[in-house]
Amino acid sequence: MLTKRIIACLDVKDGRVVKGTSFESLRDSGDPVELARRYYFEGADELVFLDITASKEHRATMAALVERVADAVFIPLTVGGGLNSVEDMRRLLLCGADKISLNTAAVKQPELISRAAERFGSQCVVVAIDAKRVPEHEPYRWLVHTYGGSVATSLDAVQWAAQVAELGAGEILLTSMDADGHRAGYDIELTRVVATSVPIPVIASGGAGSPEDLHRALTDGKADAVLAASIFHYSEFAITQTKEYLHHKGLSIRR
Amino acid sequence: MDTRTVAVIDYGAGNLRSVRSALCSLGYNALIVDSARGAAEAQAMILPGVGAAADTMHNLVRSGLAQTVIDWIAAGRPFLGICMGMQILFEYSDEGGGQKCLGVFPGRVVKLPTSHKVPHMGWNQVHYRRDSALFDGIPNDSNFYFIHSYVVEPEDDEMIKATTEYSAQFCSVINRGAVVAAQFHPEKSGAVGMRFYENFLSLAAEGRLRHGIST
Repeated sequence: MLTKRIIACLDVKDGRVVKGTSFESLRDSGDPVELARRYYFEGADELVFLDITASKEHRATMAALVERVADAVFIPLTVGGGLNSVEDMRRLLLCGADKISLNTAAVKQPELISRAAERFGSQCVVVAIDAKRVPEHEPYRWLVHTYGGSVATSLDAVQWAAQVAELGAGEILLTSMDADGHRAGYDIELTRVVATSVPIPVIASGGAGSPEDLHRALTDGKADAVLAASIFHYSEFAITQTKEYLHHKGLSIRR
Repeated sequence: MDTRTVAVIDYGAGNLRSVRSALCSLGYNALIVDSARGAAEAQAMILPGVGAAADTMHNLVRSGLAQTVIDWIAAGRPFLGICMGMQILFEYSDEGGGQKCLGVFPGRVVKLPTSHKVPHMGWNQVHYRRDSALFDGIPNDSNFYFIHSYVVEPEDDEMIKATTEYSAQFCSVINRGAVVAAQFHPEKSGAVGMRFYENFLSLAAEGRLRHGIST
């Protein structure tokens, strides 16, 4: 039986791991390679590196970092942040990334998803969607945001998810901007609506504060995988302990 | 022949780095081979696989590496195919409207049933069908990392050493003579994946793969 994946996320700025609250006020929390190795030994099923500077001058920094991580851990690596072309993606795949995550670039040029899927295979192409609830809207509705959450678009997140799957994305990394950084749980409604409407795996992201939150996203939220950053960074709940909890709750988990 | 050197076939698909890193961490040298010559001195050959069947076959044939692989296997030398590197050993793949493959073994490659999400992506159990020294030190039903949409259906049931369940049971490890292949990615499967490589490479170095693996 396919296990539910527990994914540790590392937001990288200028070569350091940082974590913010609701996409702002970043805190520095460590050396990426050291942290990646710790997560690997603790049993993380995958690692996601998001380059949140993503300015041109830091591309090379990220590529070098991916190489060092790929030499040190033997689990899948996804890398995203500021990628605009098939060539950008190819460079990181050659550095040892297994999957590439597109966000703003996919919204600006959806055909990039298809081109990447044709070139590298759908399994390499993750589309990250940053979604924010439309206040006081019944039924619930979420809009896609770009540029690290700073620019609202008119795209409906659920429709956009269906479209990226159609275009050839192999997986969706779905972040609730409302929940992100608050550690009060994932946006279960958002996760469930997207996870049950697309034929590809969905990773729930944003809001993890406890192992119970991960459990809810994987059960009520129907997510195929859950991603968390801060609860693992600050060792409040180690990955090992979190996976034990999920296992005892009856989920299929790699331990 | 250098017993610590492993030829890794590079047909331009990209991510060889993980395979190379895994080999290095086990104390082997990865010899990246991108043309028909160059593999001769290696102890074993690894054909990693990512991408589509058609591209893979096209690149292998164009570079002359298809023949290199066929000759290597025909000579009974240790060979490990990973993911797409497993699939193209068979006669024909249904992927992308159909693709003739290397035809080392009778059988075909078919799409996973779509009753579950495809691609099959993530960690899943590898269940032993037959004893094999390839599994030394790895508990039965350990989790390995999979990422694929197609699976092999060998005609010869004897070569199936392990299966995995996703929608239905599919073949996840084969071995016939010196040829070993896995549908999962050992280089992405943490400690058990590294042990799988180590077992294959030790068996290759000890010459135990030429006449099939003793069980």
